[in-house]
Amino acid sequence: MSAQPPLLQIEGLTIDLPPQADRRHAVQNLSLTLERNQILCIVGESGSGKSLMSRAVLGLFPSRHVQPSAGKIMFDGEDMLRVTPERMRDLRGNRISMIFQEPMTALNPVLSIGAQIEEALAVHQRVDRKARRNRVLDMLNAVNLPDPEKILQSYPHQLSGGQRQRAMIAMALMMEPDILIADEPTTALDVTTQAQILKLIREIQQKRGMGVLFVTHDFGVVAEVADRVAVMQHGHIVEQGLAVDVLDHPQHAYTQALLGSVPSLTPGPKRDFGSDKVMLAVQGLKKSFVSGGGFFRGSSREVKALDAVNFEIRRGETLGIVGESGSGKSTVARCITRLLDADAGSIQVDGVDIAGFTQKELRPIRRRVQMVFQDPFGSLNPRRTVGQLIAEGPIVHGTAAAIAWERALELLELVGLERRSADRYPHEFSGGQRQRIGLARALALQPDILVADEPVSALDVSVQSQVLRLLSDIRKKLGLTVLFITHDLRVASQVCDSVAVMLRGKVVEYGAVADVYANPQHPYTKELLAAVPGKNWSHGREGLVLA
Amino acid sequence: MIWRKSATFITWRLLQAVPTVLVIVALNFLLLQLAPGDAADVLAGEAGSATPEFMAQLRQKFGLDQPVAMQLLIYIKQVMTLDLGYSFRHGMPVADLILSRLGPSMLLMLTVFFVSVVFGAFLGSVAARNLNRWQDRMISILTVLAYATPVFWAGLMLIVLFSINLGWFPTSGMQKVAAFYEGSAKVVDIAHHLVLPALTLTLFYLALYTRLMRASVLEQYSMDYVVTARAKGLTERQIARRHVLRNALLPVVTMAGVQAGALLGGAVVVETVFAWPGLGLLAYEALFSRDLNLLLGIFFSSTCLVVLVNLFVDLGYSLLDPRIELR
Amino acid sequence: MKQGLSRFFRNLPAVFGLVVLLLVMAAAILAGLLYPGDPFAMVGKPFQPPLSEYPLGTDMLGRDLLAGILHGARTTLLVGALATLIATLVGVAIGGLAGYFGGHLDNFLMRLTELFQTIPFFLFAILLVAVMGASVGSVIIAIAVVSWPPMARLVRGEFMSMRNREFVQACVSLGMGHTRIIFLHILPNTLSSIIVTGSLMVATAILIESGLSFLGLSDANAMSWGFIIGSGRTVLRTAWWICAMPGMAILLTVMSINLVGDGLNDALNPRLNSA
Repeated sequence: MSAQPPLLQIEGLTIDLPPQADRRHAVQNLSLTLERNQILCIVGESGSGKSLMSRAVLGLFPSRHVQPSAGKIMFDGEDMLRVTPERMRDLRGNRISMIFQEPMTALNPVLSIGAQIEEALAVHQRVDRKARRNRVLDMLNAVNLPDPEKILQSYPHQLSGGQRQRAMIAMALMMEPDILIADEPTTALDVTTQAQILKLIREIQQKRGMGVLFVTHDFGVVAEVADRVAVMQHGHIVEQGLAVDVLDHPQHAYTQALLGSVPSLTPGPKRDFGSDKVMLAVQGLKKSFVSGGGFFRGSSREVKALDAVNFEIRRGETLGIVGESGSGKSTVARCITRLLDADAGSIQVDGVDIAGFTQKELRPIRRRVQMVFQDPFGSLNPRRTVGQLIAEGPIVHGTAAAIAWERALELLELVGLERRSADRYPHEFSGGQRQRIGLARALALQPDILVADEPVSALDVSVQSQVLRLLSDIRKKLGLTVLFITHDLRVASQVCDSVAVMLRGKVVEYGAVADVYANPQHPYTKELLAAVPGKNWSHGREGLVLA
Repeated sequence: MIWRKSATFITWRLLQAVPTVLVIVALNFLLLQLAPGDAADVLAGEAGSATPEFMAQLRQKFGLDQPVAMQLLIYIKQVMTLDLGYSFRHGMPVADLILSRLGPSMLLMLTVFFVSVVFGAFLGSVAARNLNRWQDRMISILTVLAYATPVFWAGLMLIVLFSINLGWFPTSGMQKVAAFYEGSAKVVDIAHHLVLPALTLTLFYLALYTRLMRASVLEQYSMDYVVTARAKGLTERQIARRHVLRNALLPVVTMAGVQAGALLGGAVVVETVFAWPGLGLLAYEALFSRDLNLLLGIFFSSTCLVVLVNLFVDLGYSLLDPRIELR
Repeated sequence: MKQGLSRFFRNLPAVFGLVVLLLVMAAAILAGLLYPGDPFAMVGKPFQPPLSEYPLGTDMLGRDLLAGILHGARTTLLVGALATLIATLVGVAIGGLAGYFGGHLDNFLMRLTELFQTIPFFLFAILLVAVMGASVGSVIIAIAVVSWPPMARLVRGEFMSMRNREFVQACVSLGMGHTRIIFLHILPNTLSSIIVTGSLMVATAILIESGLSFLGLSDANAMSWGFIIGSGRTVLRTAWWICAMPGMAILLTVMSINLVGDGLNDALNPRLNSA
């Protein structure tokens, strides 16, 4: 890049883990360089050590059992691992700043935004109150926050996720640092908000010539912002280089596997279901939630979670419901499985309207519609064995215990787990394995329709691709009709035949996925597709492609 | 703006309290019915000085010849007009009697409340910041002991040590009898008498709030915003003072509100042990003289007091926590 | 569960508490063997100090204090355990129903719970015993009536959070009925919290019982630690041991229960404790 010395140089960094951890080092013998005026992305899956490494620069170790045992982190001639605590405090928030993943918890809930941002300044510089306030307002403007005066006095819970993250960025930039470390800053945000924040970070970096260390698990984000990229696995850097090189010509097997797991944004060929019967038809589905209100209490708020939703799915077809948070996509799933009662509309399962059925009338229908959930940790009862969890459904519906148990063992094999898993407890399995168990549980009643509510959103990308492949195989084998809820447009493009885009309770676009992606009609769909990080990079690529 | 909001909040809460109070009154009535004997016997107290004519008058006044529902309504009316009956033993209307004893009780309880919360918060943060070191261990041992000590026994033992053996404090009462102090001398005298009773009652709550504060501070230190504060370059002291303290206090304040009712109960035994002339001692005297009516009156007024205390604690809490909106 | 037990036994204060508690229970059981007969019986000269002819001395009527304390252990533990058992059952039932079904039932049950929590509980207990007459039964009922709200609150909170967990939603979507879900799925997951809260409730029950008997509201036929302390009040200057000894017994018993309860909490709900 330039003949100037690098901004940040990490040499041979090793961070130890406490003795009871599953490996000895979180990070081992790691070396990397951050040049001036450059965005370096550190990409890896959970457990790679990327987050810890980014925190090591500012000495923000989570506990005294997790400490560096070797290496140097050189910044401006000083070794960050060996500076005095006073010097470290001097540098923090001043020359090197950091922003974090979850802006809601990263901000103090009882202090105003203004107070917290001012603090970043007041700690390092003596400036009188009026000047301080003005500088904060300037910074709030610089991060494109509307109505900065109001934001100053607001509290974190009064802002949206995107606004909070902008406030955090403003806070980090108050002292005009040389380096910004960003630890998964957009992971908790909706895709459209993420696009805005990524754009903001890029602009700021370019305007101020900063060096940015950007930690992420999403290769799309890497494609969107990175100048250079380093890939981490199990505490080591397996590959690093210019972003264009690594993304298009990965050398290391792990990088190749990871890139191969990212679903391609280009949908496959259309499958025709015109001749098959309609398995699930939803007409005019409405659901509102009322909060606040009550006697004497003044205004109550009504939130229209679902506002006249219509769609239908034919046998063997997979319909994707795509949207951001608050779109109502999860509410649809819960209304269809009758975990929630809709206010109005019809839900026809193979011609029979179940919307008004009592719980008793629903029992036989439950065999036909089953659900797979999002959270691999919360969706399995920790006190039941895997076998019990899978066999319970059939037993409740009258199947003899022995037969149900045998069926459970078969299902475990079907989802790629060993038969003896049946006697073990959920906590003994990984996230991906738990989702497989959840799938087996759903299949135990031999349903016709499977409702999958963000089934892979909580999984690492490599595990995600395995589970998606499994899902694809099983639905083909069993002729399943699938309603697939997701916020991830890449996943939807590979898994779904048709897609319904939802915004604030309404379906704004509906059609075959190939048509919608190639030719979006509604402005929101266009915005959504434009916001997918790395969309230009992935076009024409072979990522994960499901038959 | 904040005063207006507080005023509406207070009015709204007082309105909400009305059904609660009514239920308490009905509960009182129920207990009256459950007690052995006729309600008039109870109401007249077992002073034995009620003449048959008075009893007949009483029966008529309370409509004891009428159906139960009617009696309930009459009883409610009585209570709501603050006619809580008459105490023969003390020779005054119950309402007046309660009012006269309210002051000393409030003095004792407010002292205990503030001392236990303030010192509890302080000790708890000291323990948390010195986790597993000698300060923490010592505070732990003391809280474990204090938490297990029966209040009345603590009072007695404190009397044995500080009054009887060391002679530092008086054994009982609120003021030196027959001394008739005035002005600042009176205040000093009362304060002198207040020390042991307040200390006794404080012990338990001090232990409670210390433990709670310690756990709360530890929890706050594991929060993300602490990492953010460090990343900004704040010193540990600044983080403790500006960020952690206020968040950690919230559960302690909540608990203090919840304990208001318990505090009144604890006062009964403490006032009994120290002959402190408050509502608690009055309750004991009522018990001793089988004056159920007086006891019910105290019960009713204490409950109203708790409602008021809860209201103020909620008000205070909303000042600390901006996430809570006064509605 | 096994992991929990081994964690418990590595916790020194908890084990200490358990040992003391077992000693107290042994005392209660063996009281009849060691000191048969009536603990109210006058056996010796009054006002004998401890470590004289009688290990803990005698009271103003010449009753053996040690016998009184050993027999008192029975009453204390019995009242504490039974009152807690009743309060737990009531609290779990009310809290569970409120948390699981929500809606109007929840509103009503919560108003009820709030009401009971507003009432000064000790005064209420005094009232109840005064009205019902002082007997072991009425004391147990009074304590139970006064103790159930915190348990109900806790169980309601747990049930409400469980209700929204995905594994419970999975049960509903599999077609399970309410009874099965509550007893086979939700309750086992809340059991550890109930056990911890229940054990700490026993300590509170014992403190309430001793307070009541100190004020004279105890069964005249059952020896009680609070009663002994109450009776020794007037001779505090001269025979301080009459008040001191039973009080120590209460302190040790309550402390041991608290230590065991805390130990159970750390064992069953492990959290990262050290920074």
